[in-house]
Amino acid sequence: MKIRYFAWLRQRTGCGEEEIALPDGIATVAELAAWLGERHPRFAEALAARGIVRCALNQVYVEPDAAVRDEDEIAFFPPVTGG
Amino acid sequence: MVRVQDEPFDVGAEIAAFSWGATHVGGIATFVGLVRGTHRGERVRAMTLEHYPGMTEREIEAIEQEARRRWPLDAVLVIHRYGRMKPGEPIVLVATASAHRAAALDSCAFLIDWLKTRAPFWKCEETDHGECWVEAREDDEAAARRWL
Repeated sequence: MKIRYFAWLRQRTGCGEEEIALPDGIATVAELAAWLGERHPRFAEALAARGIVRCALNQVYVEPDAAVRDEDEIAFFPPVTGG
Repeated sequence: MVRVQDEPFDVGAEIAAFSWGATHVGGIATFVGLVRGTHRGERVRAMTLEHYPGMTEREIEAIEQEARRRWPLDAVLVIHRYGRMKPGEPIVLVATASAHRAAALDSCAFLIDWLKTRAPFWKCEETDHGECWVEAREDDEAAARRWL
């Protein structure tokens, strides 16, 4: 699966995107985010501050309880500031 | 129509093209967003907009569809830039055309309000003290909620 990070989350993780195999026992976006936090401590810090990290599954906004599959593209980013 | 682009655009030319030949349209409303030269009292030298290619277009198109569902619109144009730009440069243009002004004005306000809180763009400002990611504002969220 492809994981993407944007804005300051990209800077904190040090990567814009990474390919990983869906880890065993991971079924939801929240579980995946926690697993990724072990790889990227500064991502874990952002997750710990509730309400800061948004998520899109295959380019559609989802809540943390959304189910993930190995073929998905999951993106994590801060609240948007366009316009 | 939705365009997400790196290149600058000419606001006057875009609006002229949008209104050209619109004989059955009663009015056009537009909003132009510019790069602000100051933020919290600090001078902003430049701003870089990051976005999520693909999702950005999809989200703005979904907002356009919602606007068309709510108001009788003849045409909609949204142009949004990404990349680095200087104070005073246009970031975004929203234009709506309708037989009557209320639909054009209201839908234009709706489009920019929802775009600001839903389209995946992130602003990073360059000031004399370095780079800083702009934080989301509660009053933008409040502006978007008034259309729910």
